[in-house]
Amino acid sequence: MRTRTRPEGLYGHYGPAVDPWEVAATVTDPELPMVTLADLGVLRDVRAETDGTVVVEITPTYTGCPAMGVMRADLVHALHRAGFADVDVRTVLSPAWSTDWISEEGRRKLAAGGIAPPGRAPLRAPGPIPLQLGPTRRTADCPLCGSSDTEELSEFGATACKALRRCRTCREPFEHVKEI
Amino acid sequence: MPHEETVYEALDHAHGGEGQWAFGTGFDEPLAGVDTTVPDGVDPAELGEYCLMLGDDALVLAQRLTQWITAAPELEEEVAIGNVALDLLGQARLLLARAGSVGVLGRSRSLATESIPDEDALAYFRDPDEFRCTALVSAPNGDFAQTMVRLLVASTVRLAVFARLRESGDPVLSAIAAKGVNELAYHRDHAGRWLLRLGDGTQESHRRAQAGVDAVWPLLAEVFSPTGLEQRLTGIAVDPSSVRDEVRGVLTQVLERATLTVPPWPGDATPRGRLGEHGPELADLLGSLQALAREHPAATW
Repeated sequence: MRTRTRPEGLYGHYGPAVDPWEVAATVTDPELPMVTLADLGVLRDVRAETDGTVVVEITPTYTGCPAMGVMRADLVHALHRAGFADVDVRTVLSPAWSTDWISEEGRRKLAAGGIAPPGRAPLRAPGPIPLQLGPTRRTADCPLCGSSDTEELSEFGATACKALRRCRTCREPFEHVKEI
Repeated sequence: MPHEETVYEALDHAHGGEGQWAFGTGFDEPLAGVDTTVPDGVDPAELGEYCLMLGDDALVLAQRLTQWITAAPELEEEVAIGNVALDLLGQARLLLARAGSVGVLGRSRSLATESIPDEDALAYFRDPDEFRCTALVSAPNGDFAQTMVRLLVASTVRLAVFARLRESGDPVLSAIAAKGVNELAYHRDHAGRWLLRLGDGTQESHRRAQAGVDAVWPLLAEVFSPTGLEQRLTGIAVDPSSVRDEVRGVLTQVLERATLTVPPWPGDATPRGRLGEHGPELADLLGSLQALAREHPAATW
């Protein structure tokens, strides 16, 4: 999608005196509203071209992530509101997004929001991908009581990026951003 | 930053306020902003055909899996199946969009209104004989055990192909593959764990798992047979015969741990599905997939 719409003449044509990255970095994820797209590493680049167009690059978390359209719309809106008239949101597929790109700040916000942040993503070397048939090796501390005695209920959760776990100490279920 | 408008207004605004096609709302072009230049020396029509093979496998398996929604044995499993199908649907969208980007649109493109994205026109307006999927993905689900056997087999094959496609000379295909590998590893291992549970479970679950294996195995016959196109696209596509040994190794390992008998490996057969020859089950499946779009080709919301 190439978005080249002009908001209703509020801002003149010299452009606002703010860094478009700072504006785009305030936009939150539609499904994880406690973190920004920048925290997640989904926001890859924001730059102003010489003609004033702001080019934003985002990368999908999962190939089928249905939130991409909302992310684009939210980014365009935030930048329009800040006075950037021409905004071009581009998809970057390579390199593939990894949970390792979630910032420390993002991990803190996830945990504070009751979602366990991911551990280290599996290394994807060239060649065959080894089978993992045993109980999943990952661990996650309970974001509610802090216990490390937790178990995985399902590798798949309410959104593509999350697994479902349960704390054996406080017995509460919780979500876990799974490593990819 | 406060939002004054609803998300629907925002989406409409972002799309130039033209309204949305009913099957595309919020799902803008998946390759937006991606450089879709065809590499030097590659025939765009052949690249597009190859993308249809990979894309149709994903689209049709996704559609089969969604038949479990509201019918899965437990809620967590229903969510898991839905997630797997969503990943595959995402892969299908990218691959069909890639086919569209090089001008492979199917003979039915004119049936779809122009505002419909190419990948949607390919999904909704091609007839069964234009689909390039194998029988491995179009076959009916069977019971839950058979569904998990098929998911294991299909994702093992696809993962082996995608792992090689990461080195494809087409940067779009290689990017799709690199993302897909991470997703497919989750799918394969999930199905593999179910096979261990079912095969090494009760007498009844073992019986059903073995019956599922026996039903799915003959579908492997055409999976490793190239059509000729894959070899002409050297360095771009993956020759399916090159993944046979790896797939056999993985499947044998899972079945043996699941105390299941590995049936005899079928001999190679003509890749009929890749050539557009399908049984009636694909037409049935596409009937439910395509009915709404064909009934209301210009619907917007």
